[in-house]
Amino acid sequence: MNRLVEPLLALAATALLVLAAWAVPWLKFVLTIALAKGLAVLGILLLLRAGQVSFGHSMFMALGAYTVAFLAPQVPEALLLLPLAVLFSAVAGLLIGLFVVRYRDIFFSMLNLALCMVFYSVLEKFYAITKGTDGIRVTPITIAGQEPGRETQEWLIFGLALVLAVGSGLLVRAYLASPMGRALAGIKTRETRLEFIGVPARRVLLFAYVLSAVMGGCGGALLAMTTRHVTPLLSYWTASGELVFILILGGAGSALGPFLGAAAYELVRVYAAALVADAWQMILGGVLLAVILFAPQGLWGIVAGRLRGRA
Amino acid sequence: MTDAAFTRRAALLGAATAGSLLFAGGKAGAQQRPAELKIGITTFLSGPASVFGVPARQAAEMLFEEINKAGGIGGVPVRAFFVDEGPGTDHLVGEYRRLVQNEGVQLIFASISSGSCLACTPLSDEMRKTTVLWDCGTQRIFEEGPHPFAFRTQGYATPEVLAPLLYLLKHKPDFRSIAVINQDYAWGRDSWEIWKTAMDTLKPGVRVVAEMFPRFGATDYSTEVTRLLAARPDVILSTHWGGDLVTLVRQAAERRLFDRSTFVLPVAEASMQILGRTMPAGHVIGARGDHWNNHPRPKDPERLRRLVEDYRKRYNEYPIYPCHHMAQAISATQAAYAKAIQAKGGGWPNDQELANAFRGLTFDSPTSSITLREDGQGLEDQIVGMSSFNDRFPFAVPKDMVIFPAAMVSTPVGQKSVDWLKTLKPEILAQVPAAIAG
Repeated sequence: MNRLVEPLLALAATALLVLAAWAVPWLKFVLTIALAKGLAVLGILLLLRAGQVSFGHSMFMALGAYTVAFLAPQVPEALLLLPLAVLFSAVAGLLIGLFVVRYRDIFFSMLNLALCMVFYSVLEKFYAITKGTDGIRVTPITIAGQEPGRETQEWLIFGLALVLAVGSGLLVRAYLASPMGRALAGIKTRETRLEFIGVPARRVLLFAYVLSAVMGGCGGALLAMTTRHVTPLLSYWTASGELVFILILGGAGSALGPFLGAAAYELVRVYAAALVADAWQMILGGVLLAVILFAPQGLWGIVAGRLRGRA
Repeated sequence: MTDAAFTRRAALLGAATAGSLLFAGGKAGAQQRPAELKIGITTFLSGPASVFGVPARQAAEMLFEEINKAGGIGGVPVRAFFVDEGPGTDHLVGEYRRLVQNEGVQLIFASISSGSCLACTPLSDEMRKTTVLWDCGTQRIFEEGPHPFAFRTQGYATPEVLAPLLYLLKHKPDFRSIAVINQDYAWGRDSWEIWKTAMDTLKPGVRVVAEMFPRFGATDYSTEVTRLLAARPDVILSTHWGGDLVTLVRQAAERRLFDRSTFVLPVAEASMQILGRTMPAGHVIGARGDHWNNHPRPKDPERLRRLVEDYRKRYNEYPIYPCHHMAQAISATQAAYAKAIQAKGGGWPNDQELANAFRGLTFDSPTSSITLREDGQGLEDQIVGMSSFNDRFPFAVPKDMVIFPAAMVSTPVGQKSVDWLKTLKPEILAQVPAAIAG
């Protein structure tokens, strides 16, 4: 496939998103959320390249979000909060990663799930600090020292999310094409061979894990800055399930897949909820079933199929 | 084929965009009398709290139908947009934006869940959209900062917990030990903090023999019941609600826990119909307000009777407190529009004028009248009584009811509940009105 097709598609998608956000003001919010979740899903995609599914990745999203919520009163600057969220999630990813990369397959998935639920319980039970299930309100934040109005602020965060999404997409693309990224596929097919050629599989996976944690934290930070209210539900297992759902919907074939999936997911949910307030779950479930049955490679699979068809 | 893929996605997005543009309501038209009065209502349509959300929606549909038949509000027919709170905060705040920016709603009735309310009220400040907090109970809303466009048309956690405590202190003053079993989430923790603070101030020295916070949605309370049977507390407090309360009461009743200890159940009313005769008599029950089916002296008995009868006819069950809270929010809206339209000499109010009308508003509920204080908090009376059975209802209703005037049990404007509760004096017990047999 042409090396330029994906970046070109990304560029077009970016333009479309901006157009949609400009034409329909309230969609700007929904799309920012989609980009934030897409970022976290991109992290899961990395691990999936190594054949590992994390059922607990919303933990890092919650970590990023709570970092923003806790630090915003002291550091009310988005451009400082984001790196801080990245730092915290990287450290957490490293510490947790040291343990979980020893496991594979179902054990890797469940261990992540367990840790994510532990984090949920911590957020919920340490009531005096985290305010429990009611959650914490994120105090107003500045962007580059400016304190713009609501409308401008929404645009700025949306822009920030877009930049981060495109940046991470390119990074992931480059990473997956690098020897480190190729080694991930090696873990999936046969790990022993990797060791034989002198590549430490665990370290390869650990690097991917930390990178994916960082992207989760980044997504969470964006989510907190957008919704301005964080609750422990962010780290609940259903939130992790949602991320995996988005990955299946979008397809794991390309760095564009997660964002495609996230946008589709949020739009379907929002329109389904607007259409039938008490049966939107059924529509969402129907869409996933349809994707699994008719497009097992996800939405990206459909796009890629068309591209290949021409090439 | 690249182009084909483009057009495909573009067409998808384009269709979505065009669709939303078609629906887009103009904000500019807010000053003229609109063709319809759009109200966005967030409520639980899925999840455990839908036991409250669905009856409330039913009540809203019934009342709006009635209002529209009578000519609408200020001559404008009402149209409600219901939104599910179930999926969580990020979805809900997105829906709030959609309702305001896309559907062009004039006002929003926000949320059963306290978390949802805490997320929506700041949004009402930013979007300058009048938001009626129609059911959530957290005391944090108006105690953590002012919200010029938010109004709560019912009571909240502090009076809803303090009133049962005062009732207990008045009617069973010699209890020496207490246990608490609350759901493990914000309301369970908050309500216990309120109770404990007030109890330690008014009756120091009560021994707390057990503090239990079982998981939200727990299905098995055998461990907790065993512990309570062994600890033999004089009083057991539980602010459980919905399915959790039903499960707890059934399992505790089966093992005769109700014979040993007096239960205080501040949110009992909504579960009484489901429990029927399983609910033991002689325990303190509350309703998050004064709207019991056997209210001893409703302000407008005919209106209460009609609400209950209409609701029963339509849905084959008695209305529960969320239905009344919805009715209160709708009553307040009617009164506020009447006030705003009058103030404008017949013109249709804009967002600011509507909010001005809500401030300090007094409106009638089916059982009494409620005044919104200057901070936006509504003053709703609380009725607490002892569970009992009579011929009128196939489920427990209170007897020996005390109507607590809202101002007596609510934290004054500008103070924090926990700080205020620490300043309570035992003299407050002398002010508790006499019980009405019921």
